[in-house]
Amino acid sequence: MTTTTVKYASQSVSRLYFIGALCLFVGQIVFGITLGLQYVIGDLFFPAIPFNIARMVHTNLLIVWLLMGFMGSAYYLIPEESETELHSPVLAKALFWIFLVAGALTILGYLLVPYATLAAATGNDFWATMGREFLEQPLPTKLGIVVVALGFLFNVSMTVLKGRKTAISLVLLMGLWGLALLFLFSFVNPSNLVRDKMYWWFVVHLWVEGVWELILGALLAFLLVKTTGVDREVIDKWLYLIITFALVTGILGTGHHFYFIGLPGYWQWVGSVFSALEPIPFFAMTLFAFNMVQRRRRDHPNQAAVLWTVGCAVMGFLGAGLWGFIHTLSPVNYYTHGTQVTAAHGHLAFYGAYVMVVIAMISYAMPILRGREANPPRAQAIEMWSFWVMSISMGVMVLALTGAGVLQVWLQRMPTDGAMSFMATQDQLRFFYWVRIAGGVGFLAGLVMYLWSFFVGPSADEAGVPAAASLQRA
Amino acid sequence: MSRGLTSQAARNIFYGGTVFFILLFAVLIFNTEQRIPARSNAAEITPAVVRGKHLWETRNCIGCHTLLGEGAYFAPELGNVYPRRGGDFIKAWMKAQPTGAPGRRQMPQFHLNDQQLDDLVEFLKWTSKVDTEKWPPNIQG
Repeated sequence: MTTTTVKYASQSVSRLYFIGALCLFVGQIVFGITLGLQYVIGDLFFPAIPFNIARMVHTNLLIVWLLMGFMGSAYYLIPEESETELHSPVLAKALFWIFLVAGALTILGYLLVPYATLAAATGNDFWATMGREFLEQPLPTKLGIVVVALGFLFNVSMTVLKGRKTAISLVLLMGLWGLALLFLFSFVNPSNLVRDKMYWWFVVHLWVEGVWELILGALLAFLLVKTTGVDREVIDKWLYLIITFALVTGILGTGHHFYFIGLPGYWQWVGSVFSALEPIPFFAMTLFAFNMVQRRRRDHPNQAAVLWTVGCAVMGFLGAGLWGFIHTLSPVNYYTHGTQVTAAHGHLAFYGAYVMVVIAMISYAMPILRGREANPPRAQAIEMWSFWVMSISMGVMVLALTGAGVLQVWLQRMPTDGAMSFMATQDQLRFFYWVRIAGGVGFLAGLVMYLWSFFVGPSADEAGVPAAASLQRA
Repeated sequence: MSRGLTSQAARNIFYGGTVFFILLFAVLIFNTEQRIPARSNAAEITPAVVRGKHLWETRNCIGCHTLLGEGAYFAPELGNVYPRRGGDFIKAWMKAQPTGAPGRRQMPQFHLNDQQLDDLVEFLKWTSKVDTEKWPPNIQG
């Protein structure tokens, strides 16, 4: 195993972010399994942890750890792309701890204090922003997110300004700035529910089907540059084409959320046409990844990172592209809106696009941060197994939720009279919900394998640096 | 990938396309804003409705229920619960929670007073009258 160190010492702040992100990831999955169980054992943990609280923890942890992963990726990528040290490694470290403590306090607040009390105690009567899906954070947490985001953006932007400006770092910066600016809509909460919902999507949709795709594209491009050695001119061209498709389809694609929430009927046309095109950028990402790997000029020793990179492109297309498309046309969405079909899409899209790209970055960067170009083959083998276990388990879960959704539509939505009630329908879906739990447990097992791979050293017959030594050095 | 296209050209297509579609989106949102008051019966948003929405948010109802199809999928759609069940049922239901039926999904007791229950019902009643393009397909939501 050849020893390698980071090109710029300040890149090592990303290590903190990656470790923090993975710890929160574990928490997210544990709560996810809890939720899955509550679907079939309704009174599990009630009243200590009601479903709505557990769900808030599950989704908020996801958002926080993905943001942490993006930040860690940026702290790793930006100095290397800019060919200069990070503007302020101290600021980066301080912001990490602020972010982690604020996040932990928020989660503890959810779990230990009744939500209404939490709202009253944190100024929600003064400026109401809480109690909307994914934006449940108390006002101080939301303000904290803005402060951390601004400090982070200042730090990485200054680094890019003083160094080399590449397409990858510019696209990443645009995505991150867009992310921060759009988050400001989380402070907009009109008393008219219809207006509230419309601006809520400015955060939620324009994040995951807008600016986050810029981040995704930039990270994939970086990974492919590093692992394949393909010429930048080619990679940059792909990157720009992908993000063009992403925003051209994604911005008006917001309309697919505006069908049935009180907004004008023309959104059914706008949303259907443009969101039907939203799979294109994801398909382009898949072509991009395979093409670059095929044209590779070197065989990178970190095959696990290559697997995650290519896997991300494929699963992102399946989850965001294909599973999005199946329910995005308004005549279909009329029946599937707010069913388990949406849950199926949400899980596969988040995993395929964003979870996997962060893991791919961690998988690529972490060995280097620990002083070697790649992990020992034995560790990589376990990591690659964890890729398959997680991905297949997610597949099982998503197929189960899709089955549940289709049956739910059939029983509860399709009949014009004599339709089954919501709760009666839920009883009919129990088989699918059990299968989903199996998928969730499998996923956790895959995640444990992944984490385990970090601690696996070379086997006796593999020459090179012992893992313990490289651990100490890093 | 065509050889004729340079990465600079690709970048310019990105900027041009993005700006164009942002502007188009802004125009549509501007028009939508003008039409929201009529479609949502904004004139009927009484102080009680506003208070009801605040209760809805601070009890994190969206963490289990959907409202106009958005939220969690653990408990029934409430955008049309007013026509489905009526105000008195909603109030009695909330007072009776949790049911404590073994193995069944449980709704917390929120200890709302009569005024708060009325406000919540007013909010749900107003919500049920929003023009949702005839969604949901049937009364079961």
